[in-house]
Amino acid sequence: MIEIKDIAKSFNGRQILKGVSSTFETGHVNLVIGGSGSGKTVLMKCMVGLVEIDTGEIKYDDKIFSNLDRKERKPFRQEIGMVFQGGALFDSLNVEKNVMFPLNMFTSMSFEEKRDRVNFCLKHVNLVNVNHLTPSELSGGMKKRVAIARAIAPNPKYLFCDEPNSGLDPQTSIVIDNLIKDITEEFNITTIVNTHDMNSVLEIGDKILFVHKWEKWWEGTIEDILKTDNKELNDFIFASKLAKNIKKTGLI
Amino acid sequence: MNWLFHLGRYWIFMKDLIIKPEKFSIYRKQLTRELDNFGYGSLGIVALTSVFMGAVITIQTVYNLVNPLVPLSAVGIVARDSIILEFSPTMMSLVLAGKIGSSIASEIGTMKVTEQVDALEIMGINSSAYLVLPKIVAAMVIFPFVVLISMFLGILGGWIAGVLAGVVSSADYIKGIQDSFVPFNIVFALIKTITFAFIITTVSAYHGYHTEGGALEVGKSSTSAVVYSSILILIFDYLLTQLILT
Repeated sequence: MIEIKDIAKSFNGRQILKGVSSTFETGHVNLVIGGSGSGKTVLMKCMVGLVEIDTGEIKYDDKIFSNLDRKERKPFRQEIGMVFQGGALFDSLNVEKNVMFPLNMFTSMSFEEKRDRVNFCLKHVNLVNVNHLTPSELSGGMKKRVAIARAIAPNPKYLFCDEPNSGLDPQTSIVIDNLIKDITEEFNITTIVNTHDMNSVLEIGDKILFVHKWEKWWEGTIEDILKTDNKELNDFIFASKLAKNIKKTGLI
Repeated sequence: MNWLFHLGRYWIFMKDLIIKPEKFSIYRKQLTRELDNFGYGSLGIVALTSVFMGAVITIQTVYNLVNPLVPLSAVGIVARDSIILEFSPTMMSLVLAGKIGSSIASEIGTMKVTEQVDALEIMGINSSAYLVLPKIVAAMVIFPFVVLISMFLGILGGWIAGVLAGVVSSADYIKGIQDSFVPFNIVFALIKTITFAFIITTVSAYHGYHTEGGALEVGKSSTSAVVYSSILILIFDYLLTQLILT
C-alpha cells in the first residue's frame, strides 16, 4: 500500500501540487486522472522520488519514503517498477538486454536464470522471438510492452505507469490495460497508473483519483464516477458528445 | 552570475560521480566499450589530422628559414617540438572535443529527454556515475595513447612532406628530430592530455546531463559542450604551460 499525505510541490514559485492526499491499495489498479498540465506526472514523479516534495509525506507500506535520503532509498527503488510515457528503453541495448538490465545490476542470478526470467516476463506481455530486436525496430505498443516486462522483471512490489496508452491505437491500448490489470492481480502489486484515456478508466480502474487545478478534486471507484454530479469530473470523463449521450442513456 | 550557477552545479555533479559502483562487472563492460569507442573510434580523424599537421608545420618552417646559417636540421627540431609540445596534445584535444565531446553530450542529453536517465534512477542506479564515470576513466586512459600516436604520425607526416617536396633531406630531418631531445616534453604533453581528457568528458557530460526539453535542446547542449570544452582546454593549456614549463 502507498499512502500520500498533503503533498505539495512548486517550481520557481509556481504551485504544481497543492496538498494532495490519497491511499493506493495493494493488488489494485489505482488510476490518477486529470487533464494535461493538471500535475499528475509531477505527482507520480514525487511518489517515486524523482522529484522531491516541498511538504507532505509519502509512505510505502510502513516506511516513510519521503524522509529517506538517496542511499536509504536505494533498496526501496529495487522494489519499484516504472513504465514511462515513451517507454524509456535503453537505445543501445536490445530487448533481452533491456529487460535483463535490472537483473544484471542487482541480482546474483546466473545468465541462464536471468534469460529464463526475461523470457517469462516477455511471454507475460505477449512478446515472443523479439529478444534480439533493438528499441528502434519496435512499434509503439511493443515498446510499451517491453517497458512493462522490464518493470516487472525484478518482481517489484510497486508498479507505476505514466500514461501507458499515449500514442497507441484503441486496440493496443486495451491490450496494455488488460496486461497491467492482470499483472497487478497475479503478482499482488500496488499499481498506480497516470492516464487520460477514458477507456482505461472504465475498464481497469479499481480506484480513481481525479487531479484538477493541481489538487485532489475527486476520489472514488468506477461505480462512483457514473453516479457523481461533480461537474469538472463529468466534463473531463464525458467530454465528447458520444460519451455524454451514452451516460444520459445509461448504457455504461 | 550565470557562470557561478554552472560552476556550483558542475561541482555537485562531480561529487555525485564519486560513489561505489553498484556492480563492478557492469562498469567494466561500460569501460571497455568506451575505451574502444574513444580510442579505436578516434584513430581515423586523429591520424589524418596529425599527418597533415606535421606536413604543414615542416613546409612552413622551411619557408620561414631564410637565414643560410641555420642548418636545415632545425626543421626537424621545430617540427618535433611543435608537435610534441603543442599540436598533438592541444590540437588533438580540440579535435576530440568536437568529436567525442559532442557525442557524449548528445548521447546523455538524448537519454535525459527520453527519460532513460530517470529509468536508471528509478532502478536505484546512480545515473550520473553509471553513464559518466566509465567515460572519464576511459578518456583519461586512452587519450594519452591517441596523442602518442598523433605525435608519431605528425613527425612522420612532416618527414614525408619535407622529403617529397624536396625542401629538406631525409638525413637533415631525422638528425633534427634526434637533436637536443628533452624527454620531459613527452611527460608534459601527456599531463596536458590527461587534463584535457578530464575536461572534455566532464564538461560534455555535464551539459548532456542537464539537458531539458527536446531535440533542439540536445543540439544546443552538444554545441555548448564543444564550445566550453574548447575554451577550457585553451585556458588550461596556458595555465599548465605557465606552471610546468616556466
